[in-house]
Amino acid sequence: MAQSVNFLAIGMFAVFVAATLGITFWAARRTRSASDFYAAGGGITGLQNGLAIAGDFMSAASFLGISGLVFASGFDGLIYSIGFLVGWPLILFLLAERLRNLGRYTFADAVSFRLRPLPIRTLAACGTLCVVALYLVAQMVGAGKLIQLLFGLPYPIAVVLVGCLMILYVTFGGMLATTWVQLIKACLLLFGATVMAGAVLLRTGWSLDGLFSAAVAKHPKGAEIMAPGGLVSDPISAISLGLALMFGTAGLPHILMRFFTVPDAVQARRSVFFATGFIGYFYILTFIIGFGAIMLLRGDPAFLGEDGSGIRGGNNMAAIHLAQAVGGDVFLGFISAVAFATILAVVSGLTLAGASAISHDLYASVWCAGSPNEAREVRVSRIATVLLGLAAIGLGVSFEQQNVAYMVGLAFAIAASVNFPILFLSMFWPGLTTRGATVGGAVGLFTAVMCMILGPTIWVDILGHQAPIFPYKHPALFSTTAAFICIILVSKVDRSAQAARERAAFGAQFVRSQTGIGAAGAAGH
Amino acid sequence: MSEVSARIAADPAFVALQKSRSRFAWSLAGIVLLAYFSFILIIAFAPQVFARVVGDSQTITLGIPIGLVIIVLCFLLTGVYVRRANRVFDPALREILERHLKSENILDKEADFAPGEGLSAH
Repeated sequence: MAQSVNFLAIGMFAVFVAATLGITFWAARRTRSASDFYAAGGGITGLQNGLAIAGDFMSAASFLGISGLVFASGFDGLIYSIGFLVGWPLILFLLAERLRNLGRYTFADAVSFRLRPLPIRTLAACGTLCVVALYLVAQMVGAGKLIQLLFGLPYPIAVVLVGCLMILYVTFGGMLATTWVQLIKACLLLFGATVMAGAVLLRTGWSLDGLFSAAVAKHPKGAEIMAPGGLVSDPISAISLGLALMFGTAGLPHILMRFFTVPDAVQARRSVFFATGFIGYFYILTFIIGFGAIMLLRGDPAFLGEDGSGIRGGNNMAAIHLAQAVGGDVFLGFISAVAFATILAVVSGLTLAGASAISHDLYASVWCAGSPNEAREVRVSRIATVLLGLAAIGLGVSFEQQNVAYMVGLAFAIAASVNFPILFLSMFWPGLTTRGATVGGAVGLFTAVMCMILGPTIWVDILGHQAPIFPYKHPALFSTTAAFICIILVSKVDRSAQAARERAAFGAQFVRSQTGIGAAGAAGH
Repeated sequence: MSEVSARIAADPAFVALQKSRSRFAWSLAGIVLLAYFSFILIIAFAPQVFARVVGDSQTITLGIPIGLVIIVLCFLLTGVYVRRANRVFDPALREILERHLKSENILDKEADFAPGEGLSAH
């Protein structure tokens, strides 16, 4: 571990992290005095909210992960960028307004409009926890690697440190402030990435061709990095990954939640428009950054990994090293700090989504049958936060060598196999029943999780077995299809009186989803 | 279904509006799905198509401009949708709802009503 400690970068890092925390405390106190968070959110414009949504989406996976993927495999990083983005227009066209008009904030609430809340909530909570766990692990690995690199600490200690910081951040800062932190962070990240991509292009005389030529000359795979195939080598994996990324976005609990905290339908639409623009622009930048990293870092002994190959700290650190290569220690400190603040902000939102799935959906609504002691519910949510933090630390250590964008891809696969089929069919298919949604969603969740455990990543890389039982790295093609088929079949054969009522309620749900009215007679709340 | 909902559901103007709205949304979604799955299927079954070097460049392969075009397309289509929804669908829906709700006295005359704001609170 001969890693030199970089004091200038650490100083910048400390200043930025302290400033973000300061903003969190300030915003938290300010929002607490003004009725509550959602009312305060009412004053946020479409542009601001678009930035905040983009901030949520530009996580460690997007910034460190995609640039790392491009650094490792070139063109294939673009598959992730595009997949992460295409979910957005689809959410806007097909789901967003319907969900909003059902007047709820989470996917489980909206689906419960005509289905029985208890089984749906239980399933949604399980799905949410799996998604949150994988997403959290990805952020933990990114943050752990960053701390390891910057402070020269061993990786497990770095992960423990990040986990503790994360628990503190959630407990003190909380959800109240994340909109502001996301907004500021999104601006800083867009600025930093623009500077970095600009600095890369400046060196090639603003010629993309020059950039790619230099990268091809440096990369051991040569011209192969300009073509697909390095990352997804077989058709099944490519289609499976494509499905997961696209439909997963429409099923991510924490992203959908933020989307509903805007004041009205007009601003909601506008914020998706801005968010899509910012995210798309950012992904184009990460693509340039990834190729810039190949051009400037490959073959430079200063950035070589400990084993003499690859890059110091692993592929996930490509963007961080590039910051040092183009802007010296000050810029390195800036980018590291922004990346770390990004991770903390995303992680706190995720942890809260997971904790509320346990405390609100599972404990209050299911365990206590809707009549819980409020103080106890808060205590359960605190305990859940700590447990989630500990789980994330444990898993973060095991997943050290995995690319963070790939792991987020797994989280998307679960969202695409559980949340998305139920949500989509509840909006567009009158025949959906509670029994069908519950059985099919559970099958989707089980299939996705089993395929992941028995697949190459966990079964071989982490558990150390010889060969995977399930051969593909991306399960979504199988698990999403299984979920859809089971939901439809079980709904079709469901002859119960409850099912008949649920089918009949579709008309009321449709009018309400299109207009926002008619709730009184149908919702029965 | 409540009486108002039932009447709105049966209103020919509402049915026509929902039809054109849904056709518009699905057409846009269809464009995005077609572009994305063509991209994914080419990567899956004919990756060599994207490996061809384009124009007079040395290294830029076909896949890169196509990828960038898909990103820009997503942004433009969300813009098209937002514009049409704000300018055409919202006013048309507001007109239909006002007709039904005013006669019911459900709508407070002072209320600043916008579709999608959820009248359930009234």
